[in-house]
Amino acid sequence: MTLDQLKLGQTAIVQEFTDDFLSLKFIEMGCLPGEIVKVVNIAPMQDPIAIEVSGYVLSLRKQEASTVVVTLLNDVVLNKTN
Amino acid sequence: MNSLKNTLHIALVGNPNSGKSTLFNSLTGLTQKTGNYAGVTIEKHVGKFEFNGTSFSVTDLPGTYSLFPKSLDEEVACKTILNTSTDKLDVIVIVADATNIKRHLLLATQLIDLKIPCVLALNMIDEAEKQNITIYKNDLENLLGIGVVFVNSRKKTGLEELKSEILKAKISDSIFYNFEKQLKLFPNLKSYKELIDLQFTCDDELSKLIKQFEKEDNISRFYKLNYIIAKCVKKPEQLNKSITQKLDSFFTHKFFGFFFFFLILFIVFQFVFFVADVPMTWIEESFAAFMNFTANSLPKGELNDLLVNGVLAGISGIVVFVPQIALLFFFITVLEDTGYMARASFILDKVMQKFGLNGKSVIPMISSVACAIPSIMSTRTISNWKTRIITILVTPLISCSARLPVYTLIISIMFKDEHMIYGFNYKGIVLMGMYLLGFGAAFLAAFILKFILKTKEKNYFIMELPVYRMPQWQTVGMLVLKKVKLFLFNAGKIILAISIVLWFLTSHAPSNVFTQLEEKALVLNTPTDVLNAQKLEHSYAGIFGKKIEPLIEPIGFDWKIGISLITSFAAREVFVGTMATIYSSGDSDNTETLREKLASEKDSVTQSPVYTTAVCWSLLVFYAFAMQCMSTLATTYSETKHWKWPFIQLVFMSVLAYGSSFIVFNLLK
Repeated sequence: MTLDQLKLGQTAIVQEFTDDFLSLKFIEMGCLPGEIVKVVNIAPMQDPIAIEVSGYVLSLRKQEASTVVVTLLNDVVLNKTN
Repeated sequence: MNSLKNTLHIALVGNPNSGKSTLFNSLTGLTQKTGNYAGVTIEKHVGKFEFNGTSFSVTDLPGTYSLFPKSLDEEVACKTILNTSTDKLDVIVIVADATNIKRHLLLATQLIDLKIPCVLALNMIDEAEKQNITIYKNDLENLLGIGVVFVNSRKKTGLEELKSEILKAKISDSIFYNFEKQLKLFPNLKSYKELIDLQFTCDDELSKLIKQFEKEDNISRFYKLNYIIAKCVKKPEQLNKSITQKLDSFFTHKFFGFFFFFLILFIVFQFVFFVADVPMTWIEESFAAFMNFTANSLPKGELNDLLVNGVLAGISGIVVFVPQIALLFFFITVLEDTGYMARASFILDKVMQKFGLNGKSVIPMISSVACAIPSIMSTRTISNWKTRIITILVTPLISCSARLPVYTLIISIMFKDEHMIYGFNYKGIVLMGMYLLGFGAAFLAAFILKFILKTKEKNYFIMELPVYRMPQWQTVGMLVLKKVKLFLFNAGKIILAISIVLWFLTSHAPSNVFTQLEEKALVLNTPTDVLNAQKLEHSYAGIFGKKIEPLIEPIGFDWKIGISLITSFAAREVFVGTMATIYSSGDSDNTETLREKLASEKDSVTQSPVYTTAVCWSLLVFYAFAMQCMSTLATTYSETKHWKWPFIQLVFMSVLAYGSSFIVFNLLK
């Protein structure tokens, strides 16, 4: 599955990238294969999303997230805290 | 270290949000100077300090995530680091966030590989302690091969130690790049620095190869960093970021998020338009008094006139905007410093995207309510070329503060204070309508440009959401001061130059027309203000105004408005002053008398009122859309480095203004 398909609160491991250009940006931001990512926020209009990676929060569009192949770590869906 | 040199050139390099600017302020205080990097309007901050008999010159470079730049300001940072000419850097101070050390160290390892003396400043060490993160300094120093200093730039601790480490800085023995891979892909390159240099000069083919190397090299750097972090950093399993999370659930909330955003906009507008009015009036009055004093105390003549009505009038026209610009920058800096701006971009990106813009266009769009110049300058954080060009092209359509005096005058001709609808003042509604019209036009133009402009470049929006922090008032103050200075000198030069040219055009006439007018006035005992109006009519500006009358007649303007259109090219608000001179109301500050004069102005032939509703609306629309600002065009040029873009901007806005005024005038006529 890809990163954009994760629900709020889900955690996954980054596997690979399908876009060469974006992969450079992701890697330099510390989001590289083997890293654990967690969806921590989704913007009011469902796009962009925010993920926690390498100890900080990164925002990205769903279209960009769809170029990141991930493996789901758990199926626990946490409710948004509001 | 080169001990013969008397000044040590150092640069602060780090990721965005590493607290670099705060550290820069703590180190250099009031010695800071702001200039521009050659060829680009990206601000260059330089300061100095003395330590142990050595003087240091410090440059605060734009934040960058790596030495492979992905936006304009990252490119400037990289090129400055690579610079090998006379003012090359002696030591690089790598600034990293101690609470997020791994990602920040990626850049550090790249800088170490350049074989330049480096020192690592681990900033925000107090917050790391609060989060129970322990960093073993000595181990980190050994593995990186450079000095490491714990710094808290907000509380100014660790600065002395940092300074003495800079003096001791050496080239690291450690190597982080994959030299075997590099040798295989680029057999001719002898060092990592040569590879980094190469990316700025190479062709597409080679560029692909460099990107391939960049990807694999950065991955292997992170693997090495994982080892270093495991050895040198102890952090708790679960990080406590609850405050940021709680604030985020409010600021990015479906309903409250937008509510809060518009509340902030409302407050900012209130300050920029109403609170700033007090010091602005004060500045205007002081200048008027000073000009009066100068005019009367210096010997009369050409030089006096040039000084008062050319130079001083020009300076007054620039300085009067300082309160507005300072307030606007104050709010924007605070909102950025606290981390809120990133959230505003986050919630608005989806909407902006539909118009070919992105979340980062929000800041320039808001700034242009005060002035398009700083707003165009702030587009440099947009990494995508197409989005950046669209933002630059459309922001001048948003009504800036220079249009406000024009709107106020024209609206007051059409409506009186007692015109109310459901308890709301008509004037206020029309004024708000003009601002909405500006925003609407900007978005519409962006939407059209989205389909016209073609680019191979990928449009992406990958952005860090920093943790919320209290603003650093000292840093905010410094930044506001620097921005105001930059505005005064950059835009100021142009406005001043144009006002001198305009002074000449309005105060000179072919042959001796003025002398004849003066002699006639002496005989007929004409009042001075009427004489001044006659002079303006026969001046070069007046001649131009009459020349363009056939062109502006279809949109309802006569030659008098024509003169004002010409003079408004320096700054739109000059319209009011010019109209005051033409209609010889004598006192340009007194809009009330000018308003009455305009409202009662009759056509000399038909005796029908000149300023009909149709003419007024046509004028309003024209001023909303027309590109009557030399400084904006100059800024567009310096930001895009191509005359094509200011030219396109001028043409499309002129066509839009003329076309809209034509339609409005003919519909209402």
